[in-house]
Amino acid sequence: MAGADVKRTIDAVWRIESTRLIAGLARYVRDVGLAEDLAQEALVAALEQWPESGVPDNPGAWLMGTAKHRAIDRLRRRDVHRRKTEELGRDMELRGEADVPDLAAEAADPFDDDVLRLIFTACHPVLSVEARVALTLRLLAGLTTKEIARAYLVPEATVQQRIVRAKRTLTAARVPIEVPEHAELPERLASVLEAIYLIFNEGYAATAGDQWLRPELLEEALRLGRMLAALLPGEPEVHGLSALMELQASRARARVGPDGEPILLLDQDRSRWDWMLVGRGLVALERAYATGGAVGTYTLQAAIAACHSRARTPEDTDWVSIVAIYDGLAQVAPSPVVELNRAVAVGMAFGPAQALRLVDDLADEPVLSDYHLLPTVRGDLLEKLGRRADARAEFERALTLTQNSRERSVLLGRIAGCAV
Amino acid sequence: MRVMVLIKANEQSEHGEMPSEELLTEMTAFNEELVKAGVMLAGEGLHPSAKGARVEFKGNERKVVDGPFAETKELLAGYWVWQVKSLDEAIEWVKRIPAPDDDAATSVVEIRQVFESEDFGDELTPELREREAAMRAQAEGA
Repeated sequence: MAGADVKRTIDAVWRIESTRLIAGLARYVRDVGLAEDLAQEALVAALEQWPESGVPDNPGAWLMGTAKHRAIDRLRRRDVHRRKTEELGRDMELRGEADVPDLAAEAADPFDDDVLRLIFTACHPVLSVEARVALTLRLLAGLTTKEIARAYLVPEATVQQRIVRAKRTLTAARVPIEVPEHAELPERLASVLEAIYLIFNEGYAATAGDQWLRPELLEEALRLGRMLAALLPGEPEVHGLSALMELQASRARARVGPDGEPILLLDQDRSRWDWMLVGRGLVALERAYATGGAVGTYTLQAAIAACHSRARTPEDTDWVSIVAIYDGLAQVAPSPVVELNRAVAVGMAFGPAQALRLVDDLADEPVLSDYHLLPTVRGDLLEKLGRRADARAEFERALTLTQNSRERSVLLGRIAGCAV
Repeated sequence: MRVMVLIKANEQSEHGEMPSEELLTEMTAFNEELVKAGVMLAGEGLHPSAKGARVEFKGNERKVVDGPFAETKELLAGYWVWQVKSLDEAIEWVKRIPAPDDDAATSVVEIRQVFESEDFGDELTPELREREAAMRAQAEGA
């Protein structure tokens, strides 16, 4: 195999093995930062040796064996200076394991639990959400700091610093590398799901740059969601998040027009939806409910998305069901924004007059006072009721609340449409 | 990228023989690994070509040919659809597929990239997109 080919093979092996490698090492050395360093050293060794020796039959085991030997070397070197009893114990454990660097021998203690432990550690609530996102992409998605920096349009040094600091925080806080206990699970899981959904949203509706979509982040988030669903099959919200992401991603190519303009859900060409992802999303949603556990915001949002996915045409949309799901969502996560969305659904299901009463009830919500969608929705309902002058005033008010040029041009169009 | 991984048929699959229990166990483990890695999107095994049919097209003629078909190595026994980062990643995964029962026979697995040119809306120029939309409209008889 030529050198360039070996390099490409190593990239691919790293892509497949890095997560399990780091996760497995973290269990031995009980430090995520050290585990990643060791994994990197093994990667460097592979880059040096494989072009000469060829790619080993079981590259994953080779990397793990190499990394473990490095771990022992490090501990020994440290022991020369000062030998702590704790480290001695670790040393012994490592020595015992490293003599048999055969992964098959570890079948009884599956790696998957290691990966799960790593997910919960990388997304520990002690870390800021930015730190969680960066660590997750680095340790669990196997992205390089360069790739992360490119995806987020920030300098590589920023990402590097964020990751270094995150690792230090974990070490300083003595965060144990483990799957949280039952009582702690909901909060810890929420922290994981939040980070994954944030990656997804940055991929789906990029906040920086002139590109709407960052396919690489979108795909990583989908993959992380699928991984988690396989590792924690009993948790409804894990499937709920996966369903939500699959269903939203299924519309990615239909939601941007030829000139880069956004196309709203009801205006999208549904033949352009990714029907394989739709199918996966609907199955994931079924799984969420099949767990029998209490569903939360991700599952309910996915259920709403699914109502749209099941409709062959916008006219087929089951708005009555959507209203019912919003009722559930308003109970689980009450917020004026949810109420506003619910009002829109009520308008579609039961007519604008009923919806307008709901929207008027929201008029004094401080959270919505600067939210351009409140007057936009109100204007839309008024227009449907034939009150064009009132509608126009609402659209004009909305115009003062948004700086987004695309939204402004939509509003200007609606104002013109309301000319009496 | 999305790839379709095509598992070519062999004598065993074409005769409708089930794989050994050992291979089935290994295959199940491999499939689980794909799922846990978030790579697996879909996958199915196919019955032998004896249970299938072909429709041959020539001008306006349509000729139905019932299976089985002779050219075993060109036939399919199953497929997966995977989400991977690169063709190399797909190749690495394919290398890990458990070895078939018959050591002597050559088995082939083919990796093909699923066409996604308009995938995320960014790659296609407006002009190309228009042409594609026209093609679509034609295909749908609009």
